Amino acid sequence: MSKPKLAIYWASSCGGCDISILDIEEKILAVVDFFDLVFWPCAMDIKYDDVRAMEDKSITLTLFNGAIRTSENYELAELLRQKSVVLVAFGSCAGEGCIPALANFFNKDSILDYVYHKSPSLANGGGVEPQPEVQVPEGTITIPKFWNTVRSLDQVVEVDYYIPGCPPQSDQIVNAVMAVIDILQNNKPLPPKGTVLGATDKSCCDECPRERNIKKIKAFTRPFAKVTDPNLCLMEQGIVCLGPATRSGCGAKCVKAGMPCRGCYGLPSNINDQGAKMVSALASVIDSTDPEEIEQIINTIPDPLGTFYRFSMAGSLLRRVQV
Amino acid sequence: MATVKIKIDGQAIEVEEGSYVLGAAQSLGVEIPTLCYYPFMSPYAACRICVVEARNNKGWSKIVTACNYPAWDGLEIFTETPRVVNARRTNLEMLMANCAPVPLLEHYAAKFGVKEPRWGHGTYTCILCGLCVRICDEVVGAHALTFVNRGQDRDVSTPFDLDSEACILCGACAKYCPTGHIKMQDIEERVINHRELNLGPNAAITLPFRQAVPNVPYIVRENCIHYKTGGCMICEKVCPKDCIDYGDRAEFEEIEVGAVVLATGFDDFDPTPMKQYGYGRYPNVVSSIEFEKMNNAAGPTGGKICLENGEEPRRIAIIHCIGSRDENHHKYCSRVCCMYALKFSHLIMEKTKADVYQFYIDMRSFGKGYEEFYQRILDEGGNVIRGKGAEVAPASQSQEAEGAMIVRCEDTMIGKYREVPVDMIVLCTALEARADAKDMARRFNISTGADGWFIESHPKLAPVSTSTEGIFLAGVCQGAKDIPDSVAQGSAAAAQVMRLLCQGEVLMDATYAEVQDELCSGCKICNDMCPYHAIDFDPEKKISHINSALCKACGTCVAACPSGAIKGRHFTDEQIYAQIEGILS
Repeated sequence: MSKPKLAIYWASSCGGCDISILDIEEKILAVVDFFDLVFWPCAMDIKYDDVRAMEDKSITLTLFNGAIRTSENYELAELLRQKSVVLVAFGSCAGEGCIPALANFFNKDSILDYVYHKSPSLANGGGVEPQPEVQVPEGTITIPKFWNTVRSLDQVVEVDYYIPGCPPQSDQIVNAVMAVIDILQNNKPLPPKGTVLGATDKSCCDECPRERNIKKIKAFTRPFAKVTDPNLCLMEQGIVCLGPATRSGCGAKCVKAGMPCRGCYGLPSNINDQGAKMVSALASVIDSTDPEEIEQIINTIPDPLGTFYRFSMAGSLLRRVQV
Repeated sequence: MATVKIKIDGQAIEVEEGSYVLGAAQSLGVEIPTLCYYPFMSPYAACRICVVEARNNKGWSKIVTACNYPAWDGLEIFTETPRVVNARRTNLEMLMANCAPVPLLEHYAAKFGVKEPRWGHGTYTCILCGLCVRICDEVVGAHALTFVNRGQDRDVSTPFDLDSEACILCGACAKYCPTGHIKMQDIEERVINHRELNLGPNAAITLPFRQAVPNVPYIVRENCIHYKTGGCMICEKVCPKDCIDYGDRAEFEEIEVGAVVLATGFDDFDPTPMKQYGYGRYPNVVSSIEFEKMNNAAGPTGGKICLENGEEPRRIAIIHCIGSRDENHHKYCSRVCCMYALKFSHLIMEKTKADVYQFYIDMRSFGKGYEEFYQRILDEGGNVIRGKGAEVAPASQSQEAEGAMIVRCEDTMIGKYREVPVDMIVLCTALEARADAKDMARRFNISTGADGWFIESHPKLAPVSTSTEGIFLAGVCQGAKDIPDSVAQGSAAAAQVMRLLCQGEVLMDATYAEVQDELCSGCKICNDMCPYHAIDFDPEKKISHINSALCKACGTCVAACPSGAIKGRHFTDEQIYAQIEGILS
């Protein structure tokens, strides 16, 4: 019997997810032992046409990381969906847009305009802009089209499971992959579609060791601007921590290191919009009844949109800002 | 202490040895005139008006001062012998020789038959009785007054004749000065001043208000001499039941109750900002509650309707709707003013010869018997002018014969502008929500409307209950209403309380919020926000918990819970999304 086939692909992403897969150390040997690794552009030289040549549903498991930002991303998403039995949105970009989706605060034109004409570090004397199609003597050459809006994977194709995180924590990757191996080896039933693997249903606070009290916030501040009490809930100390509105599973690594949770594990199962939930929660703990003072306190929140929707813009109820 | 037997004008009495004759005489009902004597001060024997004749059984006799002559066994006192009468008369004449004819001395002169004092009348008014010095020293304890100089220059003053820092302005010296030599300017001015009509307590011992329950007086510390100097304590000496306790303090008591009826009433609208009516500027413009107090037989004028100068007004205007039915202040109708204004008309016509003019927008005599009362006032001759008084101004020379002020208005019945001259103006001020109604509402987890009144659960179906179970409303705190309505609402609130307390088992609404334990990670964001204090933290499970008996399903915590662990039963996100989808499809 041939080994089950594994594909790993990066769409619009930083590459961190691929590195985190390598970060599972010697467990990678068990993975390649069990799976036949058929496609991993980051590590192996295989062409898209090779994938196109595969039979439909011939790949057992595809770990797809990265958001859908270009026509190429979209094409590969569709292709891999077609060829795979199980498609996993791997990491925050594929799951809910993550950092690439911060581009949804702007539109295609304003982004290209800034990058090719206004960026201070730019040397583009001719004012050249990339064109999707260019005629050259040899014929027409194309590059992928740049979309106006960044999308999450499940907004373009059907997704079976999610592994959240930016990047997913190595131990959670091991857990998830080992669970899949276990299921396949022992013919166990697959978990229901849409299940989030490698994380729990509770919020990040569940794993946070800091002491929590009643929250009364008079002013918000950035982490570097304050010496924080290492044993006390960061939010009580006026630091916007997205822990309460973020799925746990990461081991609360950031808060243990003195940094607030930025929300990369995405929204817990029972809420619909991480940013909106966090805004609603923070609004409830502002310690004032005077509208002017409340306004002042709110104004101390650094970069509200980028803070509350840093990882979830594409997957949120908002999806993008109307420009 | 040993007692001794003495006789006063033939009546025998047994008194403590060494006690003074005057006290014994007073307890026998024998009258001895006094001038420099006051029960709570040491006797001074300066005026020598209280002289009596003392005798023993061996024929010895002597003229002594009753106020400080000690009793001894066998002493006989005669208060009306020719020798006593003569001595008193002479002493009085000597006092008169120094002093102007003040009423007190004139009174004694008439009593002792002094027609023309032998040594004439003096011009000064102090008779050096020392009451003021002793009261300030012994009773008040301020030690601000003393005798100064010697011989014929002897006088009463503050040290070095300077304004005394020790003086606490209690006014006791002025009050007890028998000749009126000591005056307090303020006290003199307050004889009949409308400022006296203010409702605050001005005595050191007072009742909160006349209908207070329990109806017992209390000491207003700010006004009490004892708390300023440690002296006085006269109330303690005179109280026959030993009720005075200066150490008594206001105490907080925690009382566990099953229900609360809020009946916090209202504030009176302050008409000062409505400058056109001149309240606070013209002395004879008074608010309705001040006029009510003036009408009180126990009030500052003894129930007499009078101008600030004490004279009876010739014409009185009563202006309705001051601060109510007014876009700039309160839009609502205060509901009670029309009827009390008509009552004022009745009282004025009963007590004085003054003409009364009511300036009204609509005459709202809506209650049982009210319309009849309105008709009665019209029959009695009360004038009514339909048109809100627009402005109060000083009268012109030609109008002064009729009144010191004029009320300008448009009489809409005859369609003409009028100026009505009057001497006195009563402003029917609006009832408004208490200044602290919002704090109170927050404390009891109920709400106030835009006009500040507490909001009932339902204007028709639940007029006495509130959004918080067990909190009920009665009276004007819920909205302007008259006495019958207040009583009816109070009775209804009492009935609701009885219903609640007698129930035993309480049925609850199925709609409430709950924490899904498996999703809560104990961030404590919800812990302090519940307006009904229904959320607490389970330190063992390290998760929050909602007491469903206290929860009112307001949804505050549901919205705030960042992990989606709190669910509002029967009002879930899924339901709302389904509704939105339904609308959009």
